[in-house]
Amino acid sequence: MLNKVLSSKDITRAISRVAHEILERNREADSLVLVGIRTRGVFLAQRLKKKIEEIDKVQVEMGVLDITLYRDDILSGKNNPVLKKTEIPFALDGKKVILCDDVLYTGRTIRAAIDALMDFGRPSCVQLAVMIDRGHRELPIRPDFVGKNLPTSKDMLVKVKFKEVDEEDLVVIHTANSN
Amino acid sequence: MNLQGKNILGTQGLSKDQIYGVLEAAESFKEISTRKIKKVPTLRGRTIINLFLEPSTRTRTSFEIAGKRLSADVINISGSSSSIVKGENLIDTVRNLEAMKPDILVLRHSCSGAPHLISKWTNSSIINAGDGTHEHPTQAFLDLMTIKEHKQELEGLKVAIVGDIAHSRVARSNIYAMKTLGMDITLVGPPTMMPVDIEALDVKIVYDMEQAIRDVDVILMLRIQMERQNKLLLTSLREYSTLFGLNLEKLKKAKKDVLIIHPGPVNQGVELSPEVMESPHCLILDQVTNGVAVRMALMYLLLGGEDEALN
Repeated sequence: MLNKVLSSKDITRAISRVAHEILERNREADSLVLVGIRTRGVFLAQRLKKKIEEIDKVQVEMGVLDITLYRDDILSGKNNPVLKKTEIPFALDGKKVILCDDVLYTGRTIRAAIDALMDFGRPSCVQLAVMIDRGHRELPIRPDFVGKNLPTSKDMLVKVKFKEVDEEDLVVIHTANSN
Repeated sequence: MNLQGKNILGTQGLSKDQIYGVLEAAESFKEISTRKIKKVPTLRGRTIINLFLEPSTRTRTSFEIAGKRLSADVINISGSSSSIVKGENLIDTVRNLEAMKPDILVLRHSCSGAPHLISKWTNSSIINAGDGTHEHPTQAFLDLMTIKEHKQELEGLKVAIVGDIAHSRVARSNIYAMKTLGMDITLVGPPTMMPVDIEALDVKIVYDMEQAIRDVDVILMLRIQMERQNKLLLTSLREYSTLFGLNLEKLKKAKKDVLIIHPGPVNQGVELSPEVMESPHCLILDQVTNGVAVRMALMYLLLGGEDEALN
């Protein structure tokens, strides 16, 4: 079964609200940088960047993080995950990093992302922005900014679609066929 | 992407997709070497043994750095400091190393086929770092990566390979890979250094260097291997250098944007004149940089999956 949870409009509104929340929490936007986790975290970061720049009339730098090499399950799968480039073309020292991802679930991706970030410098703080928080954490990690909280069971599949790579902006839940 | 099988013994038999898969991974790994902290935790707890039974600085260092940047534990064994000096044979050496459970064995050996032989005696993955006059696959990958960085597309490129083709494992690995990718190859060198029946690999043979390099995109210069009985193949180094060495004068005959690559170490003034080495055409140091990325990619691809061994 497939349930639409957020429409394109809902997504835009949520991102707009999160952008305001980020600015509310971090008064000086000049030390703010956004880092998106590949693949869909990148699009969230891009949209937040655009929104924040619109609201505050500032330039915010943005980087892209591939966490493949930091994963804890990398040598256990059948196939190698395809590795893409990490692009953080600025120093992270002293920066307030907003780490962006589409779905927060077990927290393992974020653990890997934090490890990866630390190899690029010493940010003054790292905050986490996610489009969907679906619960079921396996590590002590919590988000700072959430597009939508979505209580789910573990057999569900939450999919955030962004029109940059998917046909449209949409959040859907797939439910396993059970009675 | 997964490499078929557990070893990298050569480029012969690799598919186009496999070759491009390695090159693409290597492009991503290259970024790690530009960071301040040049290390990722990917192969933490894995053991890599570099067994180099023939002299090498570049390749051995490159493998060692590649392993360390992936957080693997890397152990180097060289011929002169190993029990081989006491008379231990290769298979025994490998079985003893195997008993210590390494994950990858990197082997350089003066006998063609040595890595293939030991692959039957160990469960570790084998990477061939050069076997006799047979293959040197990681060199071919780093050559292709360097060319791709400058020319983007590899298919259809014209390449001249100049020098002692018969004794060159670099030439052989490149020929196999380049033919698979649809590149056009011309071999250049004295007739004594041309392998018999090499035409079977669909390559052209030209004995006049100026003619051969006129319209190629890449010139791969090989090293005259003083250590491999070249005395019988050449009347003199000076004659070789005059006919097949690359200097600025000959370079003028080539395309304006021709790339020059060389596996190193260079016999300066023999294959390449010092002026050519300093020219912007010459990419030798880019090759060395890319060598680390290519070897990181191969180690990652070899240990990444848990495919059944096919070799």
